[in-house]
Amino acid sequence: MTLTGMRDALAAGDFSSVELTDALLERIAARESELNCFVRSCPERARAQAEAADAARAAGTGGPLCGLPVAHKDLFCTRDLITSCGSRMLADFAPPYDATVVAKLDTAGTVTLAKANMDEFAMGSSNENSFFGPVRNPWDPDRVPGGSSGGSAAAVAAQLVPAATATDTGGSIRQPAAFCGVTGIKPTYGRVSRFGMVAFASSLDQGGVVARDAADCALVLQHMAGFDPRDSTSIDRPVDDYLAALAATGDKPLEGVRIGLPEEYFSVELDPAIGDRVVAVATELEALGATRVSVSLPHLSLALPAYYVVAPAEASSNLSRFDGVRYGHRCDDPKDLLDLYTRSRAEGFGEEVKRRILVGTYALSAGYFDAYYVKAQKVRRLIANDFSEAWTHCDLILGPVAPSTAFRLGEKSDDPVAMYLNDIYTLSANLAGVPGLAMPCGFVDGLPVGAQLLGPHFSESRLLATAHHYQQRTAWHLERPAAFR
Amino acid sequence: MRWETVIGLEIHAQLDTRSKIFSGASTDFGADANRQASAVDLGMPGVLPVLNREAVQCAIKFGLATSAEIGRRSVFARKNYFYPDLPKGYQISQLDHPIVGAGEVLVTLDDGARKAIRLTRAHLEEDAGKSLHEDFQGLSGIDLNRAGTPLLEIVSEPDMRSASEAVAYARTVHALVRYIGICDGNMQEGSFRVDANVSVRLAGESALGTRTEIKNVNSFRFLERAINLEVQRQIETLEDGGAVVQETRLYDADLDETRSMRSKEEANDYRYFPDPDLLPVVVTQADIDAVAERLPELPEPRRQRFVDTLGVTDGDAALLVLERDLADYFEAAVAAAGTDGAQSVANWLLNDLRARLDKSDLALAACPVTAVELGALVRRIADNTISGKIAKQVVDVIWEDGGSVDAVIEAKGLVQITDTGAIETLVDDAIDQFPDQVEAYRGGKDKVLGFLVGKVMQASKGKANPGTVNQMLRDKLSRD
Repeated sequence: MTLTGMRDALAAGDFSSVELTDALLERIAARESELNCFVRSCPERARAQAEAADAARAAGTGGPLCGLPVAHKDLFCTRDLITSCGSRMLADFAPPYDATVVAKLDTAGTVTLAKANMDEFAMGSSNENSFFGPVRNPWDPDRVPGGSSGGSAAAVAAQLVPAATATDTGGSIRQPAAFCGVTGIKPTYGRVSRFGMVAFASSLDQGGVVARDAADCALVLQHMAGFDPRDSTSIDRPVDDYLAALAATGDKPLEGVRIGLPEEYFSVELDPAIGDRVVAVATELEALGATRVSVSLPHLSLALPAYYVVAPAEASSNLSRFDGVRYGHRCDDPKDLLDLYTRSRAEGFGEEVKRRILVGTYALSAGYFDAYYVKAQKVRRLIANDFSEAWTHCDLILGPVAPSTAFRLGEKSDDPVAMYLNDIYTLSANLAGVPGLAMPCGFVDGLPVGAQLLGPHFSESRLLATAHHYQQRTAWHLERPAAFR
Repeated sequence: MRWETVIGLEIHAQLDTRSKIFSGASTDFGADANRQASAVDLGMPGVLPVLNREAVQCAIKFGLATSAEIGRRSVFARKNYFYPDLPKGYQISQLDHPIVGAGEVLVTLDDGARKAIRLTRAHLEEDAGKSLHEDFQGLSGIDLNRAGTPLLEIVSEPDMRSASEAVAYARTVHALVRYIGICDGNMQEGSFRVDANVSVRLAGESALGTRTEIKNVNSFRFLERAINLEVQRQIETLEDGGAVVQETRLYDADLDETRSMRSKEEANDYRYFPDPDLLPVVVTQADIDAVAERLPELPEPRRQRFVDTLGVTDGDAALLVLERDLADYFEAAVAAAGTDGAQSVANWLLNDLRARLDKSDLALAACPVTAVELGALVRRIADNTISGKIAKQVVDVIWEDGGSVDAVIEAKGLVQITDTGAIETLVDDAIDQFPDQVEAYRGGKDKVLGFLVGKVMQASKGKANPGTVNQMLRDKLSRD
């Protein structure tokens, strides 16, 4: 059942929020261990919220998401509930505050069932970098769910929760959504508050949602988005009515929409079978009235190196606060201050996090700053300009999410560069701050394939509506992994 | 002098804002440890900084007061280093685009000469916390109350040529930040901290010598002492054929020496980069105008006005503008006394009243003699109602019991005797009573006149006009 379906059923009194919550908690208890998609479930909190939701509904005061269950990626701070960020460093960290996203969804009435597993500090493309162990893909437990929001995507795909919050720094919502056959949206940078979201790379991080379809994404995003005075980079601009934007207008709802397919997105790295599925999406969109145009993103090949300078640079600084002094992991019996720092960090962080801290520290060092960080920022500007130029020719960009379908656990673990290449189609959207959406568009060898839609800043309505119309016409998003039907 | 000293100062002025620069926590001094540290100040995971506009306005105020360029687009950067009292592992500061650019401070030196000291820049940054090593056996305590307190770091050009010039500059900046109300200047509480960059070179050379930095000197006296010691040490090192090492040094007031803290080789690579959590600060002309409207008349033009239009001496005018409330009090008293009485008001204020305030440990705001009453006092002296000596008695009474000048004069019958007939009687009595002294005066001992004046004044209980007494005695003794 979709989130929208649950909303209507709760409104009709088909079942109560407590009944829905209990049913899902039972399913989680029975099936979660097969996937390891949650760091922990929080049944007591969930029941209390569900009871409150039922009471509010009875009193006629329930919020727009009254009683609807969600999971939160474990980097969204939840008050008094451990928020580990997939790291040993924060394995026992219970923040005294809620992330703005959590607070807003709570206010709207959601019930938090669990905290979703993730790559440590959101660093990874496979979800193999969690201190709490890898998440498995519900379509094939020998395969990765994608990262870093792999726990969120796998949980939705396995129907353990109808929707989950997620974050995307270089593709971490879109790529796991594609690998798990669900829909995910990364909004415009600044549309969703970063307050209380444990930072990876501040200028790239963006909170969003994964759900079964575009309509469910719209429903959740509606109540996540908005200006937050506690986040200086949050944008003070009204939130569009995403649900209203989904309303179809005739049988050609995409009349006049120009869809650009960048030649660079269909390069040699891409599995041709995936390319075919994406091109087939274009055909469907044309049937809905859209026109197809050719566009170019000439600096795409520079996005990966630029990203892997900027993101680690910011991460190296953001993660400095984890030093064993105030909260989180501290080594036993430090002999002096340096020992406290080095052992706490050596024990608390995993390999990928250490790798990126080192790369980032190097990139910011005196003597290398201009050659790496400054240069990467220039590339970032070129990539943003590429998008600006593209928007003069098209309204949306269509492309693949990732060059392959979900790969096997351990397959790329020893080759970080091969792993990083998985983000090649997603991370330029983060560098430019534009919104992106991933939706299921078929299967290759029994594994889901995702199509990616990108749009100009604040075009979330158009992205969601386009995906929604596509999903009205096709059934890919309705497919379920056999083991979790 | 073979050696020339070159000094530049970095001054950290703690801005007098109600809340911290990036969080809503209070900045009050003296709370229990960690009671004024929010999640933002603790650098907790996920929290974000939000700039306090009041701190920006303070910086603009300082820029306007030093004729500096105001950065229309200033950028916050992260200065990365590990220290237990630095919660985030970086300090938010400004590097490439500071809020205040090049400016100038006019300083009055000890010999009364004036010298312009150029400012390189002044930038906003957050303070770190404090490590406490006492009270914790084998451990260190961390107090983050101070973390996130807004600082303005004021960097001068190396324009000072002696320790006393450096102190004069530091005092002027200290007075200025207090004057414009952006810093309380309390050096004991660390609200105003000075680092001195000191080097020496052979007189006539233009290249700068290798400098050392003396950190966190917390009094002007120590600043002068530390610089002089360091200059001497550098000269001795060079004259012995050695080389000055670029390093950070600490002044130890107990041992009265500077000693090495860390050398350049041990210095951190701070890996500065623009803070991605904060947007650039854009300052418009309207923002600047709004701050300018709230800026008081600045010390330097005010000093000049006191000299030019009120006729106050250079030295007194410079003293009066060191503190804004002193200058305000002075002007209010002059308004009551009349412009002609300005110098007299200055004398009373800077001498008599200030000594009394110091003795009673009172702030000017608590002075029992209000500005209006001081003005009245000076007016009564000027119109010969009372003498200067009686005036001191009047102040004594007001200091103890309060009241107004005129009421005290009236109640205590202190009105000066200016009636020449009454004074003549007393003068004649004195001449009769002290024939020996009269003889001596006539014999050429001029000093004796003072004795006779004193006796007449005594007989009048101090109320006779001393000028009249003096004149009358001279006349009578020479006439006969």
